[in-house]
Amino acid sequence: MAVTFAPFTVAGLADMARQNRIDTAHMFMAAGNGHFGSCYSCADIVTVLYFALMRLDPANPDWPDRDRFLFSKGHAAPTLYSALIRRGFFPEAWIAEYETHVGSRLMTHPSRRYQPGVDASLGALGHGLSIGLGMALAARLDRRDYVTYVLMGDGEINEGSVWEAAMAAAKFGLGNLVGIVDCNGLSVDGRTADVMPMEPLVDKWRSFGWDVQRIDGHDLDALLSALAPRRADALTRPRMIIADTIKGKGVRFMENVRSWHSDAITPAQFAAALAELAGTP
Amino acid sequence: MTTLRTGAMIASLADEGQRVTAAPFGHTLARLADTRADIVGMTADLGKYTDLHIFAQAHPDRFYQMGMAEQLLMGAAAGMAREGFMPFVTTYAVFAARRAYDFIYMAIAEDRLNVKIACALPGLTTGYGPSHQATDDIAIFRSVPGLTVIDPCDATDIEQATVAAADLDGPVYLRLLRGQVPRVLDDYDGGFAIGKARLLRDGADVLFISSGILTMRALQAATALAADRIDAGVLHLATVKPLDSAAIATALSRPGRLIVVAENHAVTGGFGEAVLAHAALQGHGGRMRQIGLPDAFLDAGALPTLHDRYGISTTTIIGRVKAWL
Repeated sequence: MAVTFAPFTVAGLADMARQNRIDTAHMFMAAGNGHFGSCYSCADIVTVLYFALMRLDPANPDWPDRDRFLFSKGHAAPTLYSALIRRGFFPEAWIAEYETHVGSRLMTHPSRRYQPGVDASLGALGHGLSIGLGMALAARLDRRDYVTYVLMGDGEINEGSVWEAAMAAAKFGLGNLVGIVDCNGLSVDGRTADVMPMEPLVDKWRSFGWDVQRIDGHDLDALLSALAPRRADALTRPRMIIADTIKGKGVRFMENVRSWHSDAITPAQFAAALAELAGTP
Repeated sequence: MTTLRTGAMIASLADEGQRVTAAPFGHTLARLADTRADIVGMTADLGKYTDLHIFAQAHPDRFYQMGMAEQLLMGAAAGMAREGFMPFVTTYAVFAARRAYDFIYMAIAEDRLNVKIACALPGLTTGYGPSHQATDDIAIFRSVPGLTVIDPCDATDIEQATVAAADLDGPVYLRLLRGQVPRVLDDYDGGFAIGKARLLRDGADVLFISSGILTMRALQAATALAADRIDAGVLHLATVKPLDSAAIATALSRPGRLIVVAENHAVTGGFGEAVLAHAALQGHGGRMRQIGLPDAFLDAGALPTLHDRYGISTTTIIGRVKAWL
C-alpha cells in the first residue's frame, strides 16, 4: 500500500511552515512559555519532510514501510506536533491542551506513549542518532527501503553519543540514514560557538565517513533537494545535512535572541508574533 | 590451593571439583536464535567476555559489533527493538549501569522495548577494582520502572532465565556469569520463573533469603552449619524485580528464626534492602541481618581474598551467622 501525497508547491510549503509556527505559538500561549527559538529554526525542515518528502500514512502510523523521523531535539516538540496535526495523525483540538494539565497528550517532549506518529520518545539530547541507527540496521535486516531521518540541534551534537553513532553509521554503510543538524547558533547558555565550538562541521562529519551537504535551512528548494529520500540499496554512506538556520526564524523580535530559547510569552507578544506570521504586522 | 592473582579477573567462580558448564548464556542464546528469527545480538567489544561470541559464530548475520560505545549500543538496540527485533545486548555491568543508564532508562525502558541487557562481571566477580566491579548495578536498575532485574545463581539459572527473558515482552536486565559457570541448582526441585522465588531448603534456625551467587554460598554455608546442628534454609530469588512478595511473606510468617538477606552487591540499595523494606512494611518484627558488600570502593586483588575480606565467602558467612545466633 503506497501512500501518495499530493505534491506540494514551494509556495504551499511556505504556507504550511507559517501555519506550523502559528500552531506552535498557540501551544506555547496555552502553556505560558516554550522553546520558541528552537521550534522556529527547524519549522521549515520539518515541514518539507512531512509535507513533501516522507512516505507516511496518517491512518496507519506504524505502517512498516513509512519513513522514520526521530525528533532528537525533543524540546522543540510543538514543531513536530503541528506537522503531525496538519498531516492528519491527530486532531487540531489537541493544540489547546498542550502542557495545560497533567494528562495532556501533548507535552514538552515527544512521547510515543501518547502521540500517534511519533517514532521514539525523545528529549534527552544525544539519543536520536543511535536509535535511528538501530532502525536503519533493522531496515536492512527486514529488507525494507524506508529512510530514517534524525533531526538534531547544533548544541545537541556536543553529546559524545552522537559521535558514537556517527562512527557506527559509516561502519555499517547506512545509506538509508539521514542526519540533519539544525544549526541555529544558540543554546541555553549562549552562542554554540562559545559554549563548545564544533566547527568545521562539514569536515568533522566527512571525516567520520558521511556524505555531507551544508545548506540554508530556510531555503525550501534547497531542503527539498538535500533531504529527498534515496532508496537505492547501493547507497553505502550515511548522509548528513548541515542546515544553517536562524533561531526564532519568522518572528523578528525572537530572531537570534538567546532568551527565546525558552521563555514566557505575554499576550501582547503573542499577538505581535501572530500578526507577523500571518503577514499583517 | 594455587595462588590467584589479580590477573584472574575473569576467573571462574567455581570451586575446585565443582560441576561447571561452559558459556551457558552464549549456547542458550545461539540455540534460541535457531528458531527465533527476531533475536539479534549486539555488543560493545565484549562479545568474547560475555559469551556472545558463541551466538556471533552461529548467527553472524544477526550479530552487531558496536565497538566500545555503550550509549550507542543501548540506543541502537532500542531502535532495532522498535522495529520488532529482540536485541540481546552485552557489555560489563558497570558500563551498562553507569555509562549507558540514560539510554536504558529513556530509550529502552520508557517505551517498554523488548531489549535484553545481559551484563558480565556483576557485583564482586572480578579482581580488577572499582572500574570493573558492579557493586551498584542492582541499586541502579531497581529504580527503572518496568525493568525486570534478574540475578542468576548458576548455569542452570542462566540457561532458564535466558529463555524466560526471550519469552517476556519487555526490557530485562540479566546479571551474567560467563566462562566456566558452576552448576548447582540442578540438584534442587523446581526451576527458574521470572518473579518466582525457590525454597531450595528449609531451616528452623536460620533462613537465608538470597540472590545470585550468594545463593550458592548460602547453600554451602547451610550444609556446613548443619554439621554444627544449625538448621539453615535458603530461599533463592533470582528475580530481584519484581520481587516475589508472597514468597517473602510466607518465609517471614514462620516465627523464631534468624533471617539473613544475602547478595553479591553493596548493602546500599540492592536486593537485601528491597527484602528488608518489604519485611518492615509487612510489620515483620523478627531478627534480620544483612550480608552484602560494604558501601565502599573495593580493592583490587584475587577474588577469593576479596570475598573473604568483604564478607561474601562461604567461610565468612558461616562465621557471621554463628556470631549472630
